[in-house]
Amino acid sequence: MKTSVSSWVKSGSPWIWLNAGAVAICVIMVVSLIGLIGARGLAHFWPADVMQATYTERGNSRTVIGEIVQIEQVSAIQLRDAGIEVATDIDSLERKLVKTGNRDIGGIDFSWVLDRDLSDVSTPQMLFTAERYEWGNLYGYLRSVKQADKIALEYKGYEPSDAYTKLWKLLNQSLTRASNLKAHILDIEKHDIGSINYELERLRLKQRRMEIDGDTDSQTLAAMARRKIELSEQYQVLEEQLISLYAEINRDSIDVEVSTGDIISVPVANLVRIFRANSMGVWQKSLHYLEKIWEFVSQDPREANTEGGIFPAIFGTVMMVILMSIMVTPFGVVAAVYLSEYAKQGFTTRFIRIAVNNLAGVPSIVYGVFGLGFFVYVLGGSIDQLFYPEALPSPTFGTGGLLWASITLALLTVPVVIVATEEGLSRVPKSLKEGSLALGATKAETLFKIILPMTSPAMMTGVILAIARAAGEVAPLMLVGVVKLAPTLPLNMNYPYLHLDQKIMHLGFHIFDVGFQSPNVEAARPLVYATAFLLILVIALLNLSAVAIRNRLREKYKALEV
Amino acid sequence: MSTLSESKKPDLDFNTPSMLRTRKFRAFKNRLTTHSIAAGGMSIIVAILLIFFYLLWEIMPLFKEASIEHWPDNTAQVGYAVPGKGSTLYLAIEEQAQIGLRITDTQQAIFFKASNGEIISEQQLKAPANTKASSFAIVSESSGIFAVGYDNGEVMVFQHKYTSTYPAGKRLITPSISYPLTDEPIQVAQGNIDLLAISNDDENWSIVASSNGEIFQTNISAEVNLLSEEIDITTHTLSIPTLDITAEKLLLLPGKRWLLAATKEGKVTLFDLEAAPEKMRAQEVQATQGTITSFALLLGNNSLIIGDSQGLLSQWFLVRDKQNQWSLQKVRDFETAAKSIGVITMEHRRKGFAAVDANGELSLYNTTANRKVLSSKIAPQQITAIAYAPRSNALLIEQQRKMTLWTVDNEHPDISWTALWEKVWYEGYEKPEYIWQSSASNNDFEPKYSLMPLAFGTLKAAFYAMLLATPLAICGAIYTAYFMAPAMRRKVKPLIELMEALPTVILGFLAGLWLAPFIENNLAGIFLTLLGIPLAILGFGFGWANLPKSIRNLVPHGWDALLLIPVVILATLLSIYFAHDVEGLLFAGDLRHWITEEAGIPFDQRNALVVGIAMGFAVIPTIFTISEDAIFSVPKHLSYGSLALGATPWQTLVRVVMPTASPGIFSALMVGMGRAVGETMIVLMATGNTPIMDVNIFEGMRTLAANIAVEMPEAEVASTHYRILFLAAFSLFLFTFVVNTCAELIRHRLRNKYGSL
Repeated sequence: MKTSVSSWVKSGSPWIWLNAGAVAICVIMVVSLIGLIGARGLAHFWPADVMQATYTERGNSRTVIGEIVQIEQVSAIQLRDAGIEVATDIDSLERKLVKTGNRDIGGIDFSWVLDRDLSDVSTPQMLFTAERYEWGNLYGYLRSVKQADKIALEYKGYEPSDAYTKLWKLLNQSLTRASNLKAHILDIEKHDIGSINYELERLRLKQRRMEIDGDTDSQTLAAMARRKIELSEQYQVLEEQLISLYAEINRDSIDVEVSTGDIISVPVANLVRIFRANSMGVWQKSLHYLEKIWEFVSQDPREANTEGGIFPAIFGTVMMVILMSIMVTPFGVVAAVYLSEYAKQGFTTRFIRIAVNNLAGVPSIVYGVFGLGFFVYVLGGSIDQLFYPEALPSPTFGTGGLLWASITLALLTVPVVIVATEEGLSRVPKSLKEGSLALGATKAETLFKIILPMTSPAMMTGVILAIARAAGEVAPLMLVGVVKLAPTLPLNMNYPYLHLDQKIMHLGFHIFDVGFQSPNVEAARPLVYATAFLLILVIALLNLSAVAIRNRLREKYKALEV
Repeated sequence: MSTLSESKKPDLDFNTPSMLRTRKFRAFKNRLTTHSIAAGGMSIIVAILLIFFYLLWEIMPLFKEASIEHWPDNTAQVGYAVPGKGSTLYLAIEEQAQIGLRITDTQQAIFFKASNGEIISEQQLKAPANTKASSFAIVSESSGIFAVGYDNGEVMVFQHKYTSTYPAGKRLITPSISYPLTDEPIQVAQGNIDLLAISNDDENWSIVASSNGEIFQTNISAEVNLLSEEIDITTHTLSIPTLDITAEKLLLLPGKRWLLAATKEGKVTLFDLEAAPEKMRAQEVQATQGTITSFALLLGNNSLIIGDSQGLLSQWFLVRDKQNQWSLQKVRDFETAAKSIGVITMEHRRKGFAAVDANGELSLYNTTANRKVLSSKIAPQQITAIAYAPRSNALLIEQQRKMTLWTVDNEHPDISWTALWEKVWYEGYEKPEYIWQSSASNNDFEPKYSLMPLAFGTLKAAFYAMLLATPLAICGAIYTAYFMAPAMRRKVKPLIELMEALPTVILGFLAGLWLAPFIENNLAGIFLTLLGIPLAILGFGFGWANLPKSIRNLVPHGWDALLLIPVVILATLLSIYFAHDVEGLLFAGDLRHWITEEAGIPFDQRNALVVGIAMGFAVIPTIFTISEDAIFSVPKHLSYGSLALGATPWQTLVRVVMPTASPGIFSALMVGMGRAVGETMIVLMATGNTPIMDVNIFEGMRTLAANIAVEMPEAEVASTHYRILFLAAFSLFLFTFVVNTCAELIRHRLRNKYGSL
């Protein structure tokens, strides 16, 4: 049976199909967005093959070495506008973005090349990649390893051989030695010297405080002076240790032949890791991949956040979210209990409910403005006047920090907790409450023994949703205490261990900052994708678990409702 | 085996002391819980009110009236006798408003305590020997530079300076007179200098002196010698052919090109000193019917303020027209009491001034806001001299040999309804315009606080977002709620909720770094998908209807949307693929190129289209969830009834379900709009953040929210800028609050209605 167009239109099916299409588009949008971010973010850690080719541009040839990062089509018109000769019958050309590294030589580490101008493309086994602490990646051929300016081993060829394997081994040994020394140096610099500096600063503040209070207790002052001398002596010792360690770590260096044919020397202390992607098997690559992912989540960022890990951002986000949950949970739950169990259901409760709902719809930046004005300047400013006059004019709480960020976000997310808890409360069967009351329990006992335990999954849902919202919120945080690079973690070994006044790093802000304020966007982009993917993953997991808890809860109460 | 024990009547005493204690304790716990929970609940209201009132409290000072009163420690409220002798040529106060300075006609500089007139130091200004001062000019009010011309054609330039020292922890301010140019007289004219006008820009000085109707211009460049730290001076005097001027006052604009002269008949003449001699007289305007009484330059020396004997006050500046010709134009009139303007004095750091009329009525003005901030009768009649403190917090007034010091509370004169929402003619612009430009590097900058471009940008972004989100979200909601199989609905809804939970920073970053370049490269493809996807869907639907039943039955009812997923993907890919051919056919091969070159439409990479798509994405779930709820909760018996009467499902939807659910859908749109208006990160990252007013979809915008995020960290606390940002936040708060409340009330009514059905 054939359906004619007119009868098909008359039945209304076209509209239904269009509506179905809308759903399909929405679903595709969500899935492809997550897919896009996941693909871009995760692919970055896979060691790509390093290409070597001859690039001919306006008659000049040069060797290009690097990883292909992106391939795209450019229209011939654009190219002609840029002054590149393109035959008239060609509409578009393929263009490749090559990560050439070696920023210390050429000044740039990415360049676009036209595919048609590339020739002799190969992936030599001997090409190696060195990740460095400074100047980004290095690509080239390893030529020699020097110890104390004397060549320990060298190799000139372009083909693998035993001599080369030896050289490579030696470099690996040297690198292990350097990284052990580096860890030791970092330990001294960050922990020992860091805590000495911290204590000296505290002593200075204490002294200033005594001056302000007019306290001239000579004993305390003398003790403080003694302690200061002790600390500076300790510092002297550590500094000498550092000097000798630095001399040790700078012993080795390597010579590398780069794409221009020049030989450059790189200290081994500047290397993070070395590998030859072209000669790695799938298994080795997988190991490397996992290692890189681990580095990403566990290490500090390097090179203006464009390399290395995002551990401080993860830590800062987690700290902030924990503090926020501690504040938002009791507040939200109590408010919800009040609204649905205690308050008289009348105009006022209705008004509060609407207001709570509205609070959820107020733009987050408004909370940021409120947080900055009220918490930071008004409250923080007063706290500084009262309790930290010794540090003025540099503010302690009178500037954005962990505490203000968490309170601002607690305010922002409290409606989420209230709404979820209220929903849970409304699902507790009346019969249970009445039964409890009839048995002589007071209202408080009913609440604590019957109602709240039954509502706890709903509260959990609310808190999880609140956490998910807080983890992704950036706009208000930009005003109340998030920075692009925090020197120390808000939780560390220095008294009082938890530093509520410290500025923190945050995953969401990290994305904004690295993606848009970074001097080297091209290099930073993969890390932004990876960070975004991590954030999405966390938020999606939180949301899905909230949904799962909610569904289980509903099933449970269905059984109770008769 | 059982033993019968004698049953004893149980001793049921509920009032043993321990039971009583327990009951008391329980009752206490109960009360405690009740109170603490009530307190907790109330704290929510407190929090809401706190946000509201705090924001309000921060913006209130913007609308506070200015006030003026006697300085608190001004001995005897009536003032004190003028310190020193002679009559006042020039009056000034120092930064802290502690020290006043009088320059007298006897060439004395008298520094005195501003609060009681006690003389601190008195000195004779250095003058060429055997001369008499014949003219006086203020070079820069804000840096305290003034000049005196003598009857032998020489000029001296002075500066009053103050240094603060802290002996014994107390501030001590020492005044002094110094020579910013040279301590030697400079010959600028032959004979008696009648009128003098000086302009100064770092090292370049320009002096115009009129002597017996002849005009001389002297250009001086003063370079500080790096070795000796002395000032090297190069002078260059040229005589300008006698211009027919009967000027009363002369003013020189910065850049030594334009000279303004006020004549007796109320005329203002503009001279172009760089033009050929016969063309020098560039323009002559009748500024007033009376006589010009005040003739002075506003901070920045670009605007001229003219006051006349009829009480008219106006602002003038040079405006360049399309042909690059400059002309002096009246920009605005100020409101006055129509009494002859006596003296005026300029603010040192803002575009404002104070004027006192013949009645002794003081008025404070701000030019940008065109606002008379304050008007107060401070003296019985005309006053002799007036000076503004650099911080604009005090006024020193001399009248009838008496001086009074006043404190002025005038924090935010630059804000008015006009300044915020109407077109304002800013200095250096051709015509009145809406402009947001809150800060610049130089001190005499005129801040431009028009909220119009920001409000416009906000609505523009929201509009394009809603344009994408509305059809997708509502159609999607209709299908999900009404046609979709329950099993699929259970999968789709969490997915859309997940979409809502996606952090906007991620959407923004994708929009800015991935979508914007993608759209720029595939512009034609994007527009083609708008056509291609619906066509593909309809085509597939029709084809499906014509398939044999056996195939159609393979897909259960309500799962059609699943079939469409590959169709939509395919349609998108094909559209983008074939877009190239379409471009070749219609737009000379490249649409992006064609738009800027052929159509002449400006194109930014981060534009409203990108924002529309990204923010649309963020708004879809909000609208979707609420409208889906509204449609789904329409009682089933209504649609069953309609279907039973023979209506098709589509007819039932359009005629029965939709009318019932429409208030819910409307409220969904309102909530969505509220979200789009307040969204910050997406706009911040996906637009260029330039505050322009243009509906062009290919240009960016700056929204209120993004503006707050960009400028708030840099705004100085309690400044006008800071408070305006609070005003922007408050407007957003109020807007979303009203919109959401309306939406909530509509939904509430809807729920009641369903209840009764």
